[in-house]
Amino acid sequence: MSANLTTLLYLVASVCFILALKGLSHPETARRGNLFGIAGMAVAVLTTLALVFRGHLELILIAIAVGGAIGAVVARRVEMTQMPELVAAMHSLVGLAAVLIAVAAVDNPGAFGIVDPLPAGNKLELFIGTFVGAITFSGSIIAFGKLAGLGKSFRLFSSASITFPGQHLLNLLLALVMLGFGVAFFLATDKAWTAFIVMTAIAFVLGVLIIIPIGGADMPVVISMLNSYSGWAAAGIGFSLDNKLLIIAGSLVGSSGAILSYIMCKAMNRSFISVILGGFGAVEGAAAGVEQKAVRSGSADDASFLMASAESVVIVPGYGLAVARAQHAVKEMVDLLAAKGVNARFAVHPVAGRMPGHMNVLLAEAEVPYDQVLEMEDINSDFSNTDVVLILGANDVVNPLAYEKGSPIYGMPILDVHKARTAIVVKRSMAAGYAGLDNPLFYMDKTMMVFGDAKKVVEDIVKSLH
Amino acid sequence: MTGTVDPTIINLVVFVLAIFVGYHVIWNVTPALHTPLMSVTNAVSSVIIVGAILAAGPTEVNFGSGMGLLAVALAAVNVAGGFLVTQRMLAMFKKKQSSARQKATEQK
Repeated sequence: MSANLTTLLYLVASVCFILALKGLSHPETARRGNLFGIAGMAVAVLTTLALVFRGHLELILIAIAVGGAIGAVVARRVEMTQMPELVAAMHSLVGLAAVLIAVAAVDNPGAFGIVDPLPAGNKLELFIGTFVGAITFSGSIIAFGKLAGLGKSFRLFSSASITFPGQHLLNLLLALVMLGFGVAFFLATDKAWTAFIVMTAIAFVLGVLIIIPIGGADMPVVISMLNSYSGWAAAGIGFSLDNKLLIIAGSLVGSSGAILSYIMCKAMNRSFISVILGGFGAVEGAAAGVEQKAVRSGSADDASFLMASAESVVIVPGYGLAVARAQHAVKEMVDLLAAKGVNARFAVHPVAGRMPGHMNVLLAEAEVPYDQVLEMEDINSDFSNTDVVLILGANDVVNPLAYEKGSPIYGMPILDVHKARTAIVVKRSMAAGYAGLDNPLFYMDKTMMVFGDAKKVVEDIVKSLH
Repeated sequence: MTGTVDPTIINLVVFVLAIFVGYHVIWNVTPALHTPLMSVTNAVSSVIIVGAILAAGPTEVNFGSGMGLLAVALAAVNVAGGFLVTQRMLAMFKKKQSSARQKATEQK
């Protein structure tokens, strides 16, 4: 196959990938978009297989079959609540694959049509691809452990922030040493294995050190960030192999992850730098000193009466709902309300789940139609016309303190549930949220607290709605 | 200006333009689909399998091609897993079944 034809076919694959992402602008076009993505990948893989036709095609096909089978089984079995773990695990695979390809390129550049030993320019690009890949790999492993709640079996996986004195200084020093070995690798005239291995090893350690100080509450940012890294790693490898398909696909993924990180940071009112530096989630018990103010509490029956006699109801689900696997009970409740002529909808905050858009997937899994699920920007102007808001295990994202200057969460975008006529808050206790703040919403005259487990309360509401 | 352009410069041109395309396409993605976006970008970034296949390609089996084979298997997990799990999630996103009431609200 001529190099021109190969490049043109890679162009076709690149366009398919762009169309795959473009399809995600609407749920109706998204499935077709995904098919474009699959087609693009098929073109890319078949084109490349044709290039290595005289090599060990059978071994490569076996590797594809084994990997593909594992991927297919995992994709079929994974629970939707486990999506963050799955995505983190997949990021780590991309990172490790990038490192392995870099090792292969140092060992035998001829396989990629590059002279042996590698020219300085390729080495520089390879250095970038390798260390980004290595950081993606080890960082994603830590993120996976934190998300899967493996903190008890291995301390580095603790969902709490792990900090120690001089942490940032150590990271900086390691980064400088890594750069030093990178320069040594770059300047060497031979293969320079030692410099390459030391540099890669430091990058692996750095990946661990970068992620361990980040607390559980910031995981949505971390996953998006590692998503971005995995893209840049692919692009870096694309540069060193002079492969435009890898560069294009890598940049698309890199910018996607970067944008998602930005959206998540904004939704949590945190600067990207402060997330990276970590230590969040270790807030001293700020809510402890709050005096006991009177709250109005009610039962599930009261809640169902309020909702059944309302014209419009908005439900604000928090992650606690998903943990309790209460989505299906909520769906039943919404159907019963709809049968009584109540306009019941959902309002989702961008950080409602543990990764961007997580809550939407969990609701979709419970067969809630996507046009009943509204984003913050779309629902906020509607709250003043809403009779009842039911808040299930959400706290900081409905805290009106976000409008008060001087409060720690000032400026954080929230769901304006305090503008509704009545707010029903379902919560286990009066404990504070991640931000460690008290929530004035709970003490408002229009608010009724229903204490208890979200799933149990919703099931009781369903019973009394029947 | 004489001579040919360094391939790295051409790659840089492609790189920068692709970032701009990505930036504009991604901002158009509806927030409801951000999780499928992550799983599909995961699958897309495993196009790194192309590099892995080339690394595994040479006729003589050696250290480098072994690393390549391993990378092929790892990337293949992502290719299959990423696209299939995205498809599974997207299949869950359905419109409201009873369209009568929806029409009523649309007419308002």
